[in-house]
Amino acid sequence: MNVHAVRAIFGFEMARTRRTLLQSIVAPVISTSLYFVVFGAAIGSRISSIEGVPYGAFIVPGLVMLSLLTQSIANASFGIYFPRFSGTIYEILSAPISPFEIVLGYVGAAATKSIALGAIILLTASLFVPLRIEHPGWMALFLVLTAGTFSLFGFIIGLWADGFEKLQLVPLLVVTPLTFLGGSFYSVDMLPPAWRTVTLFNPVLYLVSGFRWSFFGQADVSVGASLGMTLAFLVGCLALVTWMFRTGYRLKN
Amino acid sequence: MPSIISVTKLSKTYSSGFQALRDINLEIRRGEIFALLGPNGAGKTTLISTICGIVRPSAGTIFADGHDIVTDFRAARAKIGLVPQELTTDAFETVWATVSFSRGLFGKPANPAYIETTLKNLSLWDKKDSRIMTLSGGMKRRVLIAKALSHEPQILFLDEPSAGVDVELRQDMWRLVRTLRDSGVTIILTTHYIEEAEEMADRVGVISRGELILVEEKAELMRKLGRKQLTLQLQAPLERLPPELDAYRLDLARQGTELIYTYDTRGERTGITALLRDLSAAGIRFKDLQTSQSSLEDIFVGLLRERA
Repeated sequence: MNVHAVRAIFGFEMARTRRTLLQSIVAPVISTSLYFVVFGAAIGSRISSIEGVPYGAFIVPGLVMLSLLTQSIANASFGIYFPRFSGTIYEILSAPISPFEIVLGYVGAAATKSIALGAIILLTASLFVPLRIEHPGWMALFLVLTAGTFSLFGFIIGLWADGFEKLQLVPLLVVTPLTFLGGSFYSVDMLPPAWRTVTLFNPVLYLVSGFRWSFFGQADVSVGASLGMTLAFLVGCLALVTWMFRTGYRLKN
Repeated sequence: MPSIISVTKLSKTYSSGFQALRDINLEIRRGEIFALLGPNGAGKTTLISTICGIVRPSAGTIFADGHDIVTDFRAARAKIGLVPQELTTDAFETVWATVSFSRGLFGKPANPAYIETTLKNLSLWDKKDSRIMTLSGGMKRRVLIAKALSHEPQILFLDEPSAGVDVELRQDMWRLVRTLRDSGVTIILTTHYIEEAEEMADRVGVISRGELILVEEKAELMRKLGRKQLTLQLQAPLERLPPELDAYRLDLARQGTELIYTYDTRGERTGITALLRDLSAAGIRFKDLQTSQSSLEDIFVGLLRERA
């Protein structure tokens, strides 16, 4: 294992976050606070509670998950795409470093940033609503697994994209809608039966549900199904990234 | 002298079907400066990129300091530093950060003293805290060299190192390359500036259309393929040459005031003595003479013409 190389990539990516602190940390915190103001205070004041949980608190896991998914993808996809765009990828490709170590450096940094952001959002949320976490261990596990999996997904997007537009395509057109429709701001039980069935095909529902269960002990689907879906997505991403490195997809001619 | 890079039957065909390298066999000797010459699109950068692991070979093997670049890529790549042709840098990073990053990437622990020496040798020390985007093109080129040297490589590839740099920096770079060679680093450079190869290289390889058409000691190459010319400045202009001098294939230049005799340096006899004697016999007097040797550029152009 080339530990120095992994540390170098990780440090480089974290330094980029420090340089762009406003964009990386402050902006997501502000937008999350706005969600609280709009959904929690304005609209939430008209919804008393969902399954015994005040609406303001109910949306916290969904909001954290929304930020976690979008930021994991954005961080990791930009992290690997920019060297490809600028040409500095030559150095990574010619270094004595394995594909696993490259992924570990970039995805590790992206996931670390997302987890830190998730923690900051939780702290911010606790200023607005009283929060309880019934299963902190599971909460941490879902946080880490989701951040890691979607950072890996972002890394794949960063390898696949051949322009800045494509970099935004999947997060904006796929991930964000699925997150909004995945029970971030409501319980699936509130939907008409037909839509409830349709929603069960949305993989993000399982992530939000499992994460929410770790807070309040309530879930739209079983915790096992949530964990299984997260792991299945992780395995799928690992398989795809392995194939990309093995074939040199968009990296080596 | 043992080889530090050994390339055997290397071929590269891109997915588009374009064959960039054809059956390349090349041995680079430890500690030499090897210049790879060739026109645009000849395969120079593909060859370098393949050795460095950036491009996958279609066939053939490459060993760097005894390590297979595919099966033992860690050991092989750790020996190699690459200065790319394009000025590809992390624009927002400082010089110090980007050079330190490169050292870590190549598996070396931090060594501020070594980075400091490298930056000082490249006249970059006073720019160490500057962001790369604020540097001139020449300075960026130095940063790329510093990055390539950051992990103390034994083999250094310089892909068109003088492209777009001013004369002063080029001279600096030549000095640096010689210093590196003296410290035991093997240098492989590609260049469009034939004078660069002529000035620095121990050996020269010429690549054309993906084929390595020649590898030769520079001095030997110039001796073998070089031509010399003897120019005689005549006391009185000539309208035409007397027929008894036809065998010398002389050229009359500058309105008949100069006679040019081209001879082969490989020949044991140049024919100069006989020519001067026959000129004297023909009553042709000259007031001055000079000789000139063909440059590496002349030889290079001649080789490519032969292949065309």
